[in-house]
Amino acid sequence: MIELVGVSQTFRARGHAVEALRDITLEVSEGQFVAVIGRSGCGKSTLLRLMAGLLSPTAGRVLIAGKPVTGPRRDVAMMFQRPALLPWRSALDNVLLPVEMFGLSRATHRRRAEELLDTVGLTGFHKRLPHQLSGGMQQRVALCRALIQQPRVMLMDEPFSALDALSREELSGELQRIHKELSATTVFVTHSIQEAVLLADRVVVLSEHPGQVRRILDITVPQPRSLGFNAHLADVSHLIAELHGLLLNRPD
Amino acid sequence: MTVAVKARPAARSGSRFPAVWLPLVGAATAVALWWLVTVAFDIRPFFLPAPPDVVTSFLKNPGYMLRESWVTTYESLLGFGIATVCGLAVAVMLAAVRAIERATMPLFVALNSVPKVALAPLLVVWLGFGPKPKIVMVVLICFFPIVVATMAGLSSTPVELSELGRSLSASWWQMFVKVRMRWALPQVFVGLKVAISLAVVGAIVAEISNPGQGLGSVIVLSGSSADTPLAFASITLLALISVVLFYAIVGLERLLLPWAREITG
Repeated sequence: MIELVGVSQTFRARGHAVEALRDITLEVSEGQFVAVIGRSGCGKSTLLRLMAGLLSPTAGRVLIAGKPVTGPRRDVAMMFQRPALLPWRSALDNVLLPVEMFGLSRATHRRRAEELLDTVGLTGFHKRLPHQLSGGMQQRVALCRALIQQPRVMLMDEPFSALDALSREELSGELQRIHKELSATTVFVTHSIQEAVLLADRVVVLSEHPGQVRRILDITVPQPRSLGFNAHLADVSHLIAELHGLLLNRPD
Repeated sequence: MTVAVKARPAARSGSRFPAVWLPLVGAATAVALWWLVTVAFDIRPFFLPAPPDVVTSFLKNPGYMLRESWVTTYESLLGFGIATVCGLAVAVMLAAVRAIERATMPLFVALNSVPKVALAPLLVVWLGFGPKPKIVMVVLICFFPIVVATMAGLSSTPVELSELGRSLSASWWQMFVKVRMRWALPQVFVGLKVAISLAVVGAIVAEISNPGQGLGSVIVLSGSSADTPLAFASITLLALISVVLFYAIVGLERLLLPWAREITG
């Protein structure tokens, strides 16, 4: 579904070049959930923006569904670190924003928007303005806004990193469920090892300066996963420890 | 436990009551002090009239005073309205086309630094003695704060919203109408609040420099007849007009942008 072939990205800032990504080759098959993990400044957000068509690579190729990415696509939805809701719009109207931007009819998508809000537990909050919602609820609205595009690809840039630990785990659970139902190909950037292990089929570990693929780990622990006591607690802990080692011990 | 539960609502209603009445208590205290000073130091009304002298002066001819007040209010509001429409249009144009902004911004800055009061005699030469030069003065004085505030608002769109727009392939126009303009509104209101206070100043300055009708003319008249209580009555009415107009804008803002106070804190 998503293919990156020898992708490099160099930024120019005031004369000197900063190499953000070097020679990334990665394939994400249809319906897969891939977490990209790395320390801050390893270029993981840049990687996501390349897939979203918000940046074009300095070298290499980015393909989605077999076609080179030249700009943002309607079947690719993005979710950001911050909810990025319009403060004067109700939850429902925020969810309908992509519909308006695409020039589609609000009336025909209204039902679906309401259903989406209900599935993420926002029944009764459709008419609320963002400032009347908690951080977790705002991010749920943002999730619905991404889902109304009926995306084949979901790109998520540390979407839960601004939330408190409990809301974060709750939303992770919700995301697992939604991913299972809709099976959109998902790339999830995070710096949380636990989040990566809970959610992903594969975890891509990036090294920093410049960002390079350090290791790709397949996670075979059956879903749904949790950090609580269950039959796979040992496997989950083992994976967390392994990623911990990869991220904290420098190669040299 | 019961004490804490009972104390809460009482404290809350207690704190809401002064929020409304405290400004009035402040004003009443100031008037009382003024009165006290005139009595204590036995100041003659010609230098500083006591509050009752001012009220008497107003009551001598209330119809006349209210008519003149209306003239000043009308000039201020009309000028403010014209300045708002023009200011918003110009700011949008400047924000839309970079080249126009580059070409005209230095000119605007230069024009803005001209003290508008200095133009009052010229306006008489160009526009005669009626209400027209007064309205134009108000427009001139209100226009720039509105333009500057609106421009600032239009360029303050948060990065994440711009990025969201790009990821949705929103057109420039869609972004402008659905995001940038709406986001700019709280800032626009900052400009409007500055402008409405200046509007009354503009009207008065124009009336004083070119008397005919309006409270500014009454003040000029009171000066030539050494009627200090009349001047004070006019000034009190002016202050009232300013306060009412200012809070009308504040009320409009709360009505239209209930979200704005929440996100700016």
